[in-house]
Amino acid sequence: MTRYILSRVLSAVPVLFVVSLVTFLLMWLVPGDVASQIAGPDATAAELEAIRQRLQLDQPIHIQAFRWYGNLLQGDLGQSYLLHRSVVDAVFERLPVTLSLAFMSLVLAVIFGVLLGVLAATNHNNWIDQVTMAGALLGLSLPDFWFGLVLIFFFAVGMGWFPTGGYTPFTESPLGWLRSMTLPACTLAFTQMGVIARMVRSSMLEQMGQDYIRTAKAKGLPRGLVLFKHALRNALIPVITLVGIMTGLLLGGTVVIEVVYSLPGVGRLIIGAIQNRDYPIVQGGLLMTAGIFVFVNIAVDILYTIVDPRVRNDR
Amino acid sequence: MTAEAGVPDISATRAWVARLKLGLGTAARHRSIQVGGVLFGFIVLLAIFADLIAPFDPNKNNFRALLSAPDAVNIFGTDAFGRDILSRVIHGTRLSLLVGLLVVVATGILGVIVGTFTGYVRWLDGPVMRVMDGLMAFPGILLAIALAAVLGPSVSNAALALTITFTPRTARIVRGSVLVLREMPYVEAAKACGASHARIVLKHILPNALPPLIVQLTFVFSVSILAEAVLSFMGVGPPPPTPSLGNIIAEGRSYIQEAPWVALMPGIAIAMTVLGLNIIGDGLRDTLDPRLRNL
Repeated sequence: MTRYILSRVLSAVPVLFVVSLVTFLLMWLVPGDVASQIAGPDATAAELEAIRQRLQLDQPIHIQAFRWYGNLLQGDLGQSYLLHRSVVDAVFERLPVTLSLAFMSLVLAVIFGVLLGVLAATNHNNWIDQVTMAGALLGLSLPDFWFGLVLIFFFAVGMGWFPTGGYTPFTESPLGWLRSMTLPACTLAFTQMGVIARMVRSSMLEQMGQDYIRTAKAKGLPRGLVLFKHALRNALIPVITLVGIMTGLLLGGTVVIEVVYSLPGVGRLIIGAIQNRDYPIVQGGLLMTAGIFVFVNIAVDILYTIVDPRVRNDR
Repeated sequence: MTAEAGVPDISATRAWVARLKLGLGTAARHRSIQVGGVLFGFIVLLAIFADLIAPFDPNKNNFRALLSAPDAVNIFGTDAFGRDILSRVIHGTRLSLLVGLLVVVATGILGVIVGTFTGYVRWLDGPVMRVMDGLMAFPGILLAIALAAVLGPSVSNAALALTITFTPRTARIVRGSVLVLREMPYVEAAKACGASHARIVLKHILPNALPPLIVQLTFVFSVSILAEAVLSFMGVGPPPPTPSLGNIIAEGRSYIQEAPWVALMPGIAIAMTVLGLNIIGDGLRDTLDPRLRNL
């Protein structure tokens, strides 16, 4: 087990290297001169030169890369051009908003996705199944940022139950925090819920066709016990993998939702930085989000081997 | 590959056509493909004949009808410049489909090239797939936004950003099929008969790797339409005044209280297009690739 965990963590090294390389090279995709992009059209030659020197853009690429990796290994992602502070501080300050939003949506999506999936599977081929699956398909076809606006229109503007946007820190008012996070979390959860419901349904149906379920039924166990203790437990195993994949979708999805609901998370930080050509923030934000995603997936893989020992023996 | 790759191989083409016919023939009889096909086909027709169908010029201002509610003249209402929302939505749908199509074609080509080489040429597998893994480690939409932003807002850059984002997963699927197929007895038989690598790949491996690829590309199509809308909504997609479904929603966001139709209508158009594609995708998965039925 320890060996598996170790090898899984080590396998993240090349991935993280590529991630960092891509983020570094992102600056190279900027068409034209980065310095004049940053300084704007009215900049004088002296200003441009100052920017180039400050960012070491006048150095050859391998020197730049060397410095970038040197700083990265020391946990330094550079300074923001506009916020006048380090990228790491700026991202860390906003990380709790993004992570709590992603986590809340994940929990909502898993709870309701599993419930709907079980509901559909236990009513296989009747109208409940069909309605649930049609809803799930519609859910994953909706653009989430648009669905967010629809929820704002009905529940914030129309009913006035929730604020139309903005963020109340948990430390300031727990209730206010919950009110400001409810609609964003529901928006993200709704689109992901369909994916989980479909997966749980098909996985549950597959389990219900297995021999051990027939045995359980044959020895006269009550239906509920067979369904929930036998079938569901095994049907949920693939959902763990899905949760890993969905973390990536949610971390990306929060970017858009933060903009829609004006939440001060990493996503809005990155979008603001993109608009202001504050490239170190863009790079740092991307790198840290991808890093979190990589580690969540390692955790998921390890969890998988604990839950399903067959996998451990296979590898 | 050998020089033979440049010569059209008739029997290889025949294998491809046969495989496609077999798959698509069954697919056409599948009910969800028919339902999704009608929905998606209708939207495609609207997009192709946008100039004929759209009642107004999508960029024509009408200052006597600013933010007017849906009525008999402007069926979907008008925006803050008095532009007809229906016409903008129809033209925006055309743009979405165009971007989606570009991404599907580019992702398909790149995915096949990368997937085949990594699956077939052993020493390439490790290094190239590590790069693909690295690209997949970014949350997809975030990478697409960052790429589109640094490349600059335009239709082709949006398509390029989405292609870079979706190619790794597609390549992985092709590679997976190639890895299985190259060990098949009939491939070994072809090798024993002295078939060249190009012939083995083109005639024996790729036609059989096609079904899961088609399923994946339907998925790429629907996801890129959603992602293009996000890019436009964020202001890094095709720039205004070109109507795109995402930037109409972005404009409508400011008027969500007094004129909700501006933001609502394009979203419904996106949802219908993606729904149509997803229904087709489900049907294709059932008929072409039974192994994936549980995903």
